[in-house]
Amino acid sequence: MKHSSKTRVVITGVGLTAPNANNLKDFREALLSQKSGITEMDVRYMGKVAVGNCNFDEFLYQKKKMRRRGTRAGSISIYCAHEALIDSGLSADALVKDRTGIYLGITEHGNVETENEIYELHENKLDAGLWSHHHNPRTVANAPAGEVSLNLGITGPTYTIGAACAAGNIGIIHGMQMLQLDEVDLALAGGVSESTGTFGIFAGFKSQGALGSHEDPTKASRPLDVDRNGIVVSEGGAVFVLERLEDALKRGAKIYGEIAGYHINSDAADFVLPDTQRQIECMNAAMAKAKITASDIDIVNLHATGTTSGDINESEAVRAVFGQSDNTYINCTKGFIGHAMGAAGALELAGNLPSFTDGKIHSCKMIENVDPKCGMKNLVNGEPVEKDVRYILSNSFGMLGINSILIIKKYQP
Amino acid sequence: MDYQSIRKKIIDIIAEIAIDEDLSNLDDNIRLREQLDMDSMDFLDVVMELKKRYKIEVPTEDYMKLATLKSCIEYLGPKFALSPA
Repeated sequence: MKHSSKTRVVITGVGLTAPNANNLKDFREALLSQKSGITEMDVRYMGKVAVGNCNFDEFLYQKKKMRRRGTRAGSISIYCAHEALIDSGLSADALVKDRTGIYLGITEHGNVETENEIYELHENKLDAGLWSHHHNPRTVANAPAGEVSLNLGITGPTYTIGAACAAGNIGIIHGMQMLQLDEVDLALAGGVSESTGTFGIFAGFKSQGALGSHEDPTKASRPLDVDRNGIVVSEGGAVFVLERLEDALKRGAKIYGEIAGYHINSDAADFVLPDTQRQIECMNAAMAKAKITASDIDIVNLHATGTTSGDINESEAVRAVFGQSDNTYINCTKGFIGHAMGAAGALELAGNLPSFTDGKIHSCKMIENVDPKCGMKNLVNGEPVEKDVRYILSNSFGMLGINSILIIKKYQP
Repeated sequence: MDYQSIRKKIIDIIAEIAIDEDLSNLDDNIRLREQLDMDSMDFLDVVMELKKRYKIEVPTEDYMKLATLKSCIEYLGPKFALSPA
């Protein structure tokens, strides 16, 4: 075979929409300047809830009819895919369509459509004849990737990967693997979420005692703060253009970074509670694949969602792995954008990638009172830290105990 | 209900479905599919809107009768006359 797991894969384009920005440049500036994207929204049966909604132009790359026919997750994915291609310097028309793949991590898909249709049905006195023929194509789990495929005419392997909130990283990992397997020559990979369109996800977290709230919505998402009270649900997406290094070099592409290591494992322990030991094993395995040790890592971007136990477990894991490393700085992103579910890992990686070139590590959104149980050495809190960054390690963990770690390396020939 | 009134109701429905299209110069005798970017899902949308707005049922075997504006109007005219909406 021409390629193997040793084949180097690089990121050459980034397209994103987050609650506080619609492209990488603005997103980076928002993170460096402590800009929150969290607002309030009325959710039926619940009243006002803190939320992270995006504000990109849905019709920049999509016809109105197709937006009406499709899903919000599809629309987010189409926007991000186009933006990523433009950023990479590749023309959508010039893509080799059957050698391009799309791999999007999702936490869930179909809840928004189903829940809203049931609501409409109820409002229409349960006339089942009004159930939409769009229900099935909108709710199939591959819908977000499929909508991108239809929009761009991409005929290679395109699908989503369901992996709860570990999914954003796994979309990227899978894209890399498809390049290494020589199944595709270009991968559009990342994660996406439309979760704020459903009442159920908010209500579910509330019932679990894990829905973040605050009278000031910009303070509702408070990872690591002793007063945190849960997750702020967000929507969003981040799609990366992934290419084999040799292809990227051949066309003189801008290289954001190289995928140096990764690992995915499972807790096999609990439906919702995380497992510190498995997280430790996952981080160590990712570093082993990258052939580096803890002291090589410059940034650990935490999963840190703002739940009581999740933040404590992860802090314990990170202390165990990086507690002896003076070189490693710790940050987290969800204080600014909430928890973008399947998009979280991909967005959070995107927010840190510019560190390779601007030499800064973005801070957590100012934590007023760090929970002593979440204390970590070199926690970046308040101002960005100036540092030459060579390795970023990004954590993403999800329900049913799935853990994913991605390590990105500054590109060096 | 006269021809133009029914035509307007149908155009209103199509306008919501074929959102990106200019509907100002439609020829009533030419198949809608030849004049607009409409596929089978769009025609199902038309059927669904008729049901939602006017409680008009279009059975599968009659879908062909929605091919042109003229055939729509001829077919739907009696149904609009009976519509409670």
